[in-house]
Amino acid sequence: MKQIIKAALPPAVLFVVVILSWHYIVVEFGIKAFLVPKPFGVLQAALEIRSELLTAIGLTAAAALCGFVSSVLIGSLTACVFSQSRVIRSSCYPYAIFLQTVPIVAVAPIIVVWFGAGFHSIVLVSFMISLFPIVTNVTAGMLSVDPDLLDLFRLYRASRWQVLWKLRLPHSVPFLVAGARTSSGMAVVGAIVGEFFAGNLAERHGLGYVILQGQQFNTAKLFAAVIASTLLGIAIFGASTLVGLTILRRWSDPKGQDHTGT
Amino acid sequence: MRFASGQFGVRDVVFNVRCGEFVSLVGPSGCGKSTLLRMIAGLISPTGGSLQVNAGATDDSRRAFVFQDSNLLPWRSVFDNVRLPLELRGEPFEKQRTAIDDSLKLIGLKPDDAAKRPRMLSGGMRMRVSLARALITHPELLLLDEPFAALDELLRQQLNEELLRIWAKQQWTGLFVTHNVSEAVFLSQRVVVMSKSPGRIFADIAVPFQHPRDSELRSTPEFAKLVGEVTRQLREAAR
Repeated sequence: MKQIIKAALPPAVLFVVVILSWHYIVVEFGIKAFLVPKPFGVLQAALEIRSELLTAIGLTAAAALCGFVSSVLIGSLTACVFSQSRVIRSSCYPYAIFLQTVPIVAVAPIIVVWFGAGFHSIVLVSFMISLFPIVTNVTAGMLSVDPDLLDLFRLYRASRWQVLWKLRLPHSVPFLVAGARTSSGMAVVGAIVGEFFAGNLAERHGLGYVILQGQQFNTAKLFAAVIASTLLGIAIFGASTLVGLTILRRWSDPKGQDHTGT
Repeated sequence: MRFASGQFGVRDVVFNVRCGEFVSLVGPSGCGKSTLLRMIAGLISPTGGSLQVNAGATDDSRRAFVFQDSNLLPWRSVFDNVRLPLELRGEPFEKQRTAIDDSLKLIGLKPDDAAKRPRMLSGGMRMRVSLARALITHPELLLLDEPFAALDELLRQQLNEELLRIWAKQQWTGLFVTHNVSEAVFLSQRVVVMSKSPGRIFADIAVPFQHPRDSELRSTPEFAKLVGEVTRQLREAAR
């Protein structure tokens, strides 16, 4: 408990300082509300549209989670395939890098053209942007198995499948956890970008669409949506970090104790 | 065995190990002791010539290998680590259970250690688990590649005595690679000294001490004399 307070106190203090100076600057320099609204104005706007905002957060979260989970599953599967053959790895890897380097904002419209607007296209954008960290991390994990351990498995005539399932896959769990942390944050960004282009048709809108609407001279609403997006990103990142730590603890030590060096 | 650069790692190595015998292999660093051991285990194949292992006509599956590092899977409990060879062979779990318990008991692990992960164990304990895993297959030939090199002297001596006790009980053939002359003399019936690269047999020294041997043996003058003799040969071999 003490540790949590210790960790949370400095950022909380900074938060208060930033909010107060934000308010002070806006008032002191007479900045117009359509440029920078006061913090209280943002809160008011958020409360006014709270049901719309909550729905939007829920929708965006759902899309990001779907994208994230599918990138964990498909990314791990891809890494399994990559680990099996140098030929497959060297011929496919450049295209995996393509996923990382292509501007997702430019690809999103293409996805809408191909698959139409709607939830599935948003999930697809989120999936595309969050796939790469999983593939690279898990592949690295699968390939970094200690050669002595591979020898051990060879000594007992383990099949390729046994080496994959009982050695490479469990060995890459910490790598997957690290990749998933990065990927979870990116999935939220992907979902919001997806909603810019594919979120306008449905009756209920995600955060990306709310941000677009807020652009039309409702800066307070825009700010509220941006802050909500950030909070959603932090929440998903935090949750995946927590799940990851729990998995890691179970992975190497069931009781979470460390008795090394005795 | 030839390396890519064209140098021979090991060449014309012929030596006999009788069934049930315990032989140690010592030699200067880089003479190919480990290479030889790995070839016998079938982990690497010779680049030229042939390798014949006739030791009691053992087939490959009756050979076990103990690595320098305990080489345990960190995500598995002690029990599941020891179980691995049987699991890979696809033996039914009920059959495995008694074998694992026996193997753990043999190596001196308490029943409540079985659920622990390797991270919770000391270096000596981890090596015991590694031995238990090798012995669970009831090998005819046990190949050990400097298994106790990373342990402190007292622990090493303790595990040497344990290893001899188990050897006397199970009568497998032991081939033990080490840098430690005193360890080699204490454990073996013969110490084979290999020469510098390309590795060849330089000397083959019999160790006449009776079994069972205990820690007392280390403080006898005969023991010191033999350790001195092996060390002298080793120095010659390194020249």
